[in-house]
Amino acid sequence: MSMSATLRAKRSAGSRLSSADAKARGKVFHVIAFWAFLVVSIIYLVPLLLVLVNSFKGNLFVSQTPFALPNSESFTAGQNYTDGLQKTGFFQALGVSVFITVCATLVIVLLTAMVAWYIARVKAWYTSVLYYLFVFSMVVPFQMVMFTMSKVANVTHLDNPIGMIVLYTGFGAGLSVFIYVGFIRSIPIDLEEAAMIDGASSWQVFFRVIFPILRPTAMTIAILNVMWIWNDFLLPYLVIGSQWKTIPVAVQSYMQGTYGAKDMGGFMAMLVLSIIPIIIFFLIGQKSIIKGVTAGAVKG
Amino acid sequence: MRVSHYIKKWFPVFALPTFLCFILAFIVPFAMGLYLSFTSFRTVNDATWVGLDNYVRAFTQNGDFLASLWFTVKFTVVSVITVNVLGFTVAMLLTRAIRGRNVFRAVFFLPNLIGGIVLGYIWQLILNAILQAMFHQDLTYSATYGFWGLVILVNWQMVGYMMVIYIAGIQNIPTDVLEAADIDGARFRHKLFSVIIPMMAGSITICTFLTLSNCLKMFDQNLALTNGAPQNQSEGAALNIFRVFYKLRNQQGVGQAEAVIFFVFVAVVAYLQLRATRSKEVDA
Repeated sequence: MSMSATLRAKRSAGSRLSSADAKARGKVFHVIAFWAFLVVSIIYLVPLLLVLVNSFKGNLFVSQTPFALPNSESFTAGQNYTDGLQKTGFFQALGVSVFITVCATLVIVLLTAMVAWYIARVKAWYTSVLYYLFVFSMVVPFQMVMFTMSKVANVTHLDNPIGMIVLYTGFGAGLSVFIYVGFIRSIPIDLEEAAMIDGASSWQVFFRVIFPILRPTAMTIAILNVMWIWNDFLLPYLVIGSQWKTIPVAVQSYMQGTYGAKDMGGFMAMLVLSIIPIIIFFLIGQKSIIKGVTAGAVKG
Repeated sequence: MRVSHYIKKWFPVFALPTFLCFILAFIVPFAMGLYLSFTSFRTVNDATWVGLDNYVRAFTQNGDFLASLWFTVKFTVVSVITVNVLGFTVAMLLTRAIRGRNVFRAVFFLPNLIGGIVLGYIWQLILNAILQAMFHQDLTYSATYGFWGLVILVNWQMVGYMMVIYIAGIQNIPTDVLEAADIDGARFRHKLFSVIIPMMAGSITICTFLTLSNCLKMFDQNLALTNGAPQNQSEGAALNIFRVFYKLRNQQGVGQAEAVIFFVFVAVVAYLQLRATRSKEVDA
């Protein structure tokens, strides 16, 4: 018997003997870990709670005593939410954000699935060129095209919420096409062939055969795009910012505004209301969001 | 091949709509941007060719571009390491049978859904409050505050996101491999470095890539947290390009040249990182 084998035999005997011990130690560990995570989680949520608490305090108290809970002097009830929000133009921004995010996401989910199917199934030089162009576009930082894109949008009259759908579809297509193509290539082509022999048009093959199979991937793409478009700042700021403000643009322009004193209480209320839709979105779709984000990352 | 032939003629229906959007929003702006970086311009129509002048001026004249690039590099190195170490550690702990682990996972993931501008202002409030209480100073006092503030912010934002990907990776390690290590009596440290980490090289590649490209391109958080204060010292490359372009007078050409350099830099770093970590991946 060699040295290492003897050692191994000794060790495993030792570990068997102490297995009850190890179990007890594991239990203690789990209890300690639970309490540690509880504390860390609460600390993790402090930033959000702090904004919430301050949204019920008067303007001056937000910057002077940010850590204090509201008291009879600083408490303003819902005043920040009524007066403050008007100044920040929150509700118009909410409308613009919802419109652009929902419409652009739906368009991207459908149109990029179509082009991805075409790229994955048609063997031709131009489909691979198109594919590599889309992949290439993923690496390019927005600063590279920020000025020229807003000029193009201006000349082609895309500088409005409907035009934004076109811009998001174009600039965001890369990642979506990449994920869709990867998935479609893993689907056996037999189904499509069978449907075509049965006389289905390509339109029917796409909507009756392919798109239903793509549903989990479509969900991933919808979630990734909602997260991107809802939070995107620079593109809407440069292209439509002077007339239509999305939530991030409204938040930023309120803080950059040079006229008069800023209403910090109102601003806190605005931050709270801009986070609430995100929390609702998260609570409703937590499982699919985490699944979508993981799948998107692994395929991307 | 039948399918290929069958749908080939439907290019206008399936491919053209996205392709047109792509031309308008990416191909034309990208080509124009490349061209304009060699010109002097204010609008597009008055562009006059100046050769490499803008590229030279990007490094010499404004001075701040190199400093901002250096800020971005430092910030990226620190954040990529901290975010991934923390994300990996939390993932290792929260794949054990700890009570309430799903709630903890959700708490860590939540900040990732909040956008950079809102995140920036939330942390401006907190960090200013802390600095005020401790030193009677605020974020505009020193670029060091801005730097570490940004690191803390990006950790808060991305640790949960990386944790989720690492958890998926840990769950994909075949249990028999871990059991074999246990039977061999491997200590935890050996199991971690000789079994778990090599088996998770795929997740590590993805997470490093995501944190790397997000940190290099960081703009919104930087703008909202400090906007470069004091005196553009806490300004990353993306923010610098924006300022040179829109806030300085008649520097659009230089700004565009900086954007091209920045793009090449990001692309090269991302490519090198993918090549380096992909080579370490093993199959289960």
